[in-house]
Amino acid sequence: MDLMTTFSWFSGFQESFEKTFIREDRYKLFIDGILLTLKVSLLAVCIGIIIGFLIALCNLSKHLPLKLFGKVYTDIIRGTPSVTQLMIIYFVIFASVDIDKWIIASIAFGINSGAYVSEIIRAGILSIDKGQTEAGRSLGLNGRQTMMKIVLPQALKNIFPALCNEFIVLIKETAIVGYVGLMDIQKASDFVKSATFEAAMPLLATAVIYFVIIKILTVCLGLLEKKLRKSDAR
Amino acid sequence: MITVKNLKKTFGELEVLCGIDEHIEKGEVVVVIGPSGSGKSTFLRCLNLLETPTEGEIFIDGEKINDPKVDVNLIRQKMGMVFQHFNLFPHLTIMNNITLAPVLLKKMTKEQAHDKALELLAKVGLEDKADAYPAQLSGGQKQRVAIARALAMEPEIMLFDEPTSALDPEMVGEVLDVMKNLAESGMTMVVVTHEMGFAREVGTRLLFMDQGVVMESGKPAEIFENPQNERTQKFLSKVLK
Repeated sequence: MDLMTTFSWFSGFQESFEKTFIREDRYKLFIDGILLTLKVSLLAVCIGIIIGFLIALCNLSKHLPLKLFGKVYTDIIRGTPSVTQLMIIYFVIFASVDIDKWIIASIAFGINSGAYVSEIIRAGILSIDKGQTEAGRSLGLNGRQTMMKIVLPQALKNIFPALCNEFIVLIKETAIVGYVGLMDIQKASDFVKSATFEAAMPLLATAVIYFVIIKILTVCLGLLEKKLRKSDAR
Repeated sequence: MITVKNLKKTFGELEVLCGIDEHIEKGEVVVVIGPSGSGKSTFLRCLNLLETPTEGEIFIDGEKINDPKVDVNLIRQKMGMVFQHFNLFPHLTIMNNITLAPVLLKKMTKEQAHDKALELLAKVGLEDKADAYPAQLSGGQKQRVAIARALAMEPEIMLFDEPTSALDPEMVGEVLDVMKNLAESGMTMVVVTHEMGFAREVGTRLLFMDQGVVMESGKPAEIFENPQNERTQKFLSKVLK
């Protein structure tokens, strides 16, 4: 590349940057989009953990109707696309309910994530040696106390990487909320793209934003995991 | 203290215990020996209902424990159990391993349980390990902590399920010493083991089990010197070389 082409590439970059972010304060769209993505993801993760834990207990239960419920739940959620689930929950189930749009979306993503989280938690519980349960019960702890104080803390440590993975998938999965008219990062970039006829800049920006969010999360979770592994020291 | 009547246990088609009648007095140290697959571990596990008996009755202090109306958890608090593979809680410090049950079950306050744990750790020679995690201990140390953990609930009976079978040979002695001290303090003990020396020295009574029944029972010295049952003779001739 000679000097001229470098210059024209740079001025092209400058122009499309100006159109994408500066003109008409479009950066605000991206910021609002980031906030929405974070809000929806955070609530969905919480709902997903609670549902996942409950469904895991159903799946491990000896009570047949509970077991069946857990299995059907997991089957349906895993067997249908999340966009379809989101739209059914948004346009059918919550059609006439007056709740904030983003909360409905979070519920949809939470319900979806719960099915995957439940399988992770179930695998985690099953990975703990039966002797741990027996030791707890032999001391006189009941089943619930043994689960909460002995089995689950160890299971959670074992499944921590898999759970992190699920949360990362969930954050990126929220990029489909545009389908129900919410303005997240992805939707903001679509909007800018059609307003400016610039494709590369808004799309690359979107990718970078998701990447940074997830990188920060990964680093934080890595630190947390280090703390959890304290008892493994020899 | 423990009375077992016609205890049977089957796993599917397999009959592991074929009718056991036994009575264990307070303060007895009953050592159960026998070839593998003879049902001795299953017998022990039935005593605190880790296995549910298929048939028969078990009484502790006159109370029938294999009854749906009985609170199993209260019964188990009276009986400590020590496992072959220690089963310490790896995510908790030694101190918390010991204090978890007494505090959670409101048997002691946190402070009381802490003091009790230190006392027990001193008894098993590990007072300096209170803040360590199980992964930092040797096998023998783990098993001594497991004994301390069971004792923290102040049980009336201690059950040992092959407590030295998973240990390196040089660590067997330290665990047996702790058990011996415990026996001398008057604890009622039922011990499933392959340690014939311990059986002879510490046991007040020996049960030889094979094929799901108690084949022979009596004073350890007598059985070792002069076994009556043919199977006992055969077994002892193999293990006492």
